[in-house]
Amino acid sequence: MKSRMNKEMGEVGGSYRSYGLRVSRALLLLLLSVSCWPVYAVAAASSLCISTCGGCPCKSDKFKMRLVILEDSERVAEWAARYIIKRINDFSPGPNKFFVLGLPTGGTPLGTYRKLVQYHKAGKISFKYVKTFNMDEYVGIPRDHDQSYHSFMWENFFKHIDIDPANAHVLDGNAPNLETECQQYEEKIKEAGGIELFMGGIGPDGHIAFNEPGSSLVSRTRVKTLNQETITANARFFGNDMSKVPKQALTVGVGTVMDAREVMVLVTGSHKAYALHMAIEEGVNHMWTVSAFQQHPRTIMLCDEDATLELKVKTVKYFKTLHDIHSCLMDQEPQ
Amino acid sequence: MPSIASSSIVQFKNCRLVRGRTIVKDDFWVRGGRIINPEPVFFEEKVQADLTVDCHDALICPGFIDIQINGGYGYDFSSDLDKLEEGVSTVAKGILSTGVTSFCPTVVTSPSSVYHEVLPRLKRTPGGKEGAGILGIHLEGPFISPEKKGAHPPEFIQKIEGIDKVHDIYGNLDNVGLITIAPELPGALEVIHHLRSKGIKVSVGHSNGNLEDGEAAVNNGASFITHLFNAMLPFHHRDPGLVGLLTSQRINQPVHYGIIADGIHTHPAALRIAHRTHPKGVVLVTDAMAAMGLGEGHHHIGQMEVLVKGQKAQLVGTNTLAGAIVTMDSCVRHFIKEAGVTVVEAIEAATLHPAQVMGMDHLKGTLDFGSDADFLLLSDKGPLKVLNTFIGGECVYAAPGAHCIEYTQQRPLEEKVFS
Repeated sequence: MKSRMNKEMGEVGGSYRSYGLRVSRALLLLLLSVSCWPVYAVAAASSLCISTCGGCPCKSDKFKMRLVILEDSERVAEWAARYIIKRINDFSPGPNKFFVLGLPTGGTPLGTYRKLVQYHKAGKISFKYVKTFNMDEYVGIPRDHDQSYHSFMWENFFKHIDIDPANAHVLDGNAPNLETECQQYEEKIKEAGGIELFMGGIGPDGHIAFNEPGSSLVSRTRVKTLNQETITANARFFGNDMSKVPKQALTVGVGTVMDAREVMVLVTGSHKAYALHMAIEEGVNHMWTVSAFQQHPRTIMLCDEDATLELKVKTVKYFKTLHDIHSCLMDQEPQ
Repeated sequence: MPSIASSSIVQFKNCRLVRGRTIVKDDFWVRGGRIINPEPVFFEEKVQADLTVDCHDALICPGFIDIQINGGYGYDFSSDLDKLEEGVSTVAKGILSTGVTSFCPTVVTSPSSVYHEVLPRLKRTPGGKEGAGILGIHLEGPFISPEKKGAHPPEFIQKIEGIDKVHDIYGNLDNVGLITIAPELPGALEVIHHLRSKGIKVSVGHSNGNLEDGEAAVNNGASFITHLFNAMLPFHHRDPGLVGLLTSQRINQPVHYGIIADGIHTHPAALRIAHRTHPKGVVLVTDAMAAMGLGEGHHHIGQMEVLVKGQKAQLVGTNTLAGAIVTMDSCVRHFIKEAGVTVVEAIEAATLHPAQVMGMDHLKGTLDFGSDADFLLLSDKGPLKVLNTFIGGECVYAAPGAHCIEYTQQRPLEEKVFS
């Protein structure tokens, strides 16, 4: 099962046991690092770890960055939903063992939520033993404002499923003390046992949640002032009245998401293509905060074709050859 | 029907709602006899529903409101005074099957003694398993035009003379919600103004008045026209009469108008003309009389004798219609079929609009959060059919053949969720 999962997830590397091979592998690693293929380098490093460990209990799939490229955003939504369902069901949550899920808002994950609701209504997944933590929320707009992230989650997800309301956590942008609210949020995540899987999107400027360019890569949940571009882009949802557009938001930090045991970033559309390039083909840089996940032990970048338009052909070709292996997930409906 | 604890949250699922002037697919939440918003229940109270009900894709709409009904099932609210309570409760219970959850028992032109006897006894009631709720009495007369009396007894028609006389004739008006008056009668405008100041709604009807009389009445507080077209001057292109109120530009607020959509009192073409002229004003009323629900034969309305043949009820020895024997759900179906209106428009004419006339639309006539949970489960596969009637969140009627309302416990009481 596990090795099949490894194959499905498109891991690079095998197990090199002989010393000679280990040396040449180290040289290869050096060469690869120089040629700026961090993805490949991480994958190679993981296999290096395995061979030097020589029988240690670390799992062969412990460290990986996976780039899954699917035809369009519809398939991305389907894959993401199936992956979440699979992870939850494989985890076998129960009254003493909750699955903790981190969740985003916005246009990109909308399709995923729809699919999750469909599968829930078809009896394939229950959220009874799932806890959720949303990434962010605006400061100062009423919770039931139609643009609030509470409203988004309620309309698109929570109202259709069987999650216990006490386990659905969203930052309170109207809390009397915002700093305390942020601290308490971090504590709640810790009390829940940490986040098992954090789903997120990516902004055109490479931001994750409201961690906009220049945010610290070790940041925690905090109050952020929104940049002018974001405020202008949001104006259309607030009747084009700039005075009504929120200027601040509460957001989980890059560090908060990095603490999750697994991260799945959805990237769809050509307007995200450059951000994806900066996220995985260039260095780790706080101007493109999602690049931090190059250093996360277990990340999936889930993309459609359009999102890969700024990647090197060889990057895309490499990961596409692994398609056959991980497309099994798409072939099988959740049980 | 199982009795549900008043604090239980009930979630109706797998249903469509008539809400916000359209039909939406959404769940419907009820607690403590009120329609509630589930969003704060989720985020503030952090609890789930206690019970769920599968509606099998039924259409949920507000309960119908009939603001003109004179009796039914053999009882008449203006006579048989010793059986008044029995009559009202029989009618209130009987009309639940027609989808009516609130009504205005109507008293036609009668001698003063009848008003003094009846008015104190017909109190407003909330409605429930025992029957539809009473929103207030509708007094249709006696201050009407003798030329437009319809089926009303001419000997009890009164001139107004003054506010004091009106009080003398009626007696205690505490239980009265709506009064129909002919606006051209001398003294009418003063009386209309006075009644409005006392919180009683006023309607113009049974009138020989022209448009100016009607406009003056509206500008003094009248807000309704009793059974448009019937018992008033017909529309004329140089003299529109009260019908002209539908488009008058000289009134300070738009009026609502009652229409008996039974296919007998109003020609379908007239129904369409009225609706297209002023769609937001149409109010379906039954104007049902004692023979409703009984079938053919001799019955009485007010102090008169009536013959029922087929769907028609006429005064014995004349061709004058004696009132209707139609039910509200029939009116809704007829309205959709003959006027070509949408299901939502027809339902609003039987719910939102009458609630607006009575000034009760904050609590009745809609599925808005905070309203009383008076609602219907309808089947709309084919002509609209009432499947279940609910008052205050409790099922008070189930049509034969309708799915049973099954309350599913959301989670066992002894189970705790560990965090």
